[in-house]
Amino acid sequence: MSDEAKKRTLYEQVILDHNKNPRNCRVMANASCRSEGFNALCGDQFTVFLKLEDDKIVDVSFQGCGCAISKSSASIMTTVLKGKTKAEAEALFARFHDMVTSEPDAPAPPGDLGKLEVFCGVREYPVRVKCATLAWHTMIAALEGKKEGTQI
Amino acid sequence: MSIKQIDAARGALTDSDIERIRSEFPCLQLHRHGKRLVYLDNAATTQKPRAVIDALSRYYEGQNANVHRGVHYLSGVATDLYESARKRIKEFLGAHLVCEIIFTRGATEGINLVAQTFGRQRVRVGDEILISAMEHHSNIVPWQMLCEEKGAHLRVIPMNDRGELLLDEYEALLNERTRLVSVVHVSNALGTINPVRQIIEMAHARGIPVLVDGAQSAPHMPINVVELGCDFFVCSGHKMMGPTGIGVLYGRAELLDSMPPWHGGGDMILSVTFEKTIYNGLPQKFEAGTPHIEGVVGLAEAIRYLEGVGMGRIAAYEAELLAHGTHVLEAIDGVKLIGTAREKAGVLSFVMDTTHPHDIGQLLDEEGIAIRAGHHCAQPVMQRFGIPATARASLAFYNTREELDLLGKALLKVKKMFG
Repeated sequence: MSDEAKKRTLYEQVILDHNKNPRNCRVMANASCRSEGFNALCGDQFTVFLKLEDDKIVDVSFQGCGCAISKSSASIMTTVLKGKTKAEAEALFARFHDMVTSEPDAPAPPGDLGKLEVFCGVREYPVRVKCATLAWHTMIAALEGKKEGTQI
Repeated sequence: MSIKQIDAARGALTDSDIERIRSEFPCLQLHRHGKRLVYLDNAATTQKPRAVIDALSRYYEGQNANVHRGVHYLSGVATDLYESARKRIKEFLGAHLVCEIIFTRGATEGINLVAQTFGRQRVRVGDEILISAMEHHSNIVPWQMLCEEKGAHLRVIPMNDRGELLLDEYEALLNERTRLVSVVHVSNALGTINPVRQIIEMAHARGIPVLVDGAQSAPHMPINVVELGCDFFVCSGHKMMGPTGIGVLYGRAELLDSMPPWHGGGDMILSVTFEKTIYNGLPQKFEAGTPHIEGVVGLAEAIRYLEGVGMGRIAAYEAELLAHGTHVLEAIDGVKLIGTAREKAGVLSFVMDTTHPHDIGQLLDEEGIAIRAGHHCAQPVMQRFGIPATARASLAFYNTREELDLLGKALLKVKKMFG
């Protein structure tokens, strides 16, 4: 793959769009749980809010600041979690994590990660894995009831 | 003749001088993505000239032995190299005495040494240490640790929106409880050159000693610790074309003499029995254990190199580069410089309204341009300006106007992509 192509795969148009117009970027007043996550390396900071009914995520939002990769990852995450159970959310994160930490020459993801596959290019840039996963780690911390959140 | 006069007699650095200098740095010949590396991360660490790299090999190939021991030939050679390096550094910093030069691992260790010896000896409950709002973490945390231990207070000289210290406020903060003023000479995050001479005079008028953190000044301008009047001065070898892991603490002999040792071990003693140890004199009192000999050898070679180019000429050339770089960045709509002090060294810290510094750094890397993105180990500076991070291009005398033009072009591409 040429360098020019690699760059495009990191900053996919979808990523740039979510960076510019993040979805569900709001404080949730009646959240069931929330957590704050930091990336000490670059100062990124996000709060993730979740509303649960029984075991199901019925609403999810975030607020904070960070680079295009971390912000768009938070935004896209909020669009895929609604309606998922806790266990499904955790399983999805595990697969997302596997994708962004796989070897650059590993086979492409099987195609069932949907929108999340725009982050496949991150595996070429190991230092950006923390950016792509910050909101996800924070979401898991919120599910586990850790308000103080997570440091990655 | 002063350094300024000598450098004036030699004339300014010309384009052909810079071309020759660049050819002497192996890392500057590297290519990234098919483009020649544009290295603009000099405040983090500088590249090393061939002369320094060769001095390290020469040391291990024909001069290696432990110092201050052994009667054998090689030990004599290594000791001579080590101690003549100390003399060279004494001359470079303009100190009175060779024994005022203590080798450390870097500026950070120098500050910790002063905090743990001078500080622990003299700071009591309710006393104050005064630092500035633009310190690197290395000139904040050692004092916080000391203050916590002693029940003392850390006070901070504020700055204005340009990144200049407010000297009236500084004057008001100096009082009979102030035990030490510790300030940065050149800010790594903002580029501000602080008026340290004036800061020192104001503290000395009240009998308060001053430590100057010269990590970012020593590589870029002539330094004379006696003319400055500082009581302590620290710098790092790797930021001045030398190896990592070696730095210098200058301290006035009278103060160093009165301070207790820090690390105990070999070399720092005259005699040891289980009942009592008699400490060695300066400078060995502060250099326990086998020192970083090849680091010292490499640092001396780096200083020889810097002096060959001329510190006054370096300062003048970098000032021109900074003016050009400032012009390039200010011409880009949406770019905002952080740190616009009237007295400034070669640091261009900036933010873009559309793009996070981390993304700027990533995209510039694709263009073969190395900058730093982040808080630059100066989180209080970021908080002061209400930003999480900046992108920072920092200069050295081997950089060129053309490289800064490439930076400008690359930033226009970034802007287009994120616009």
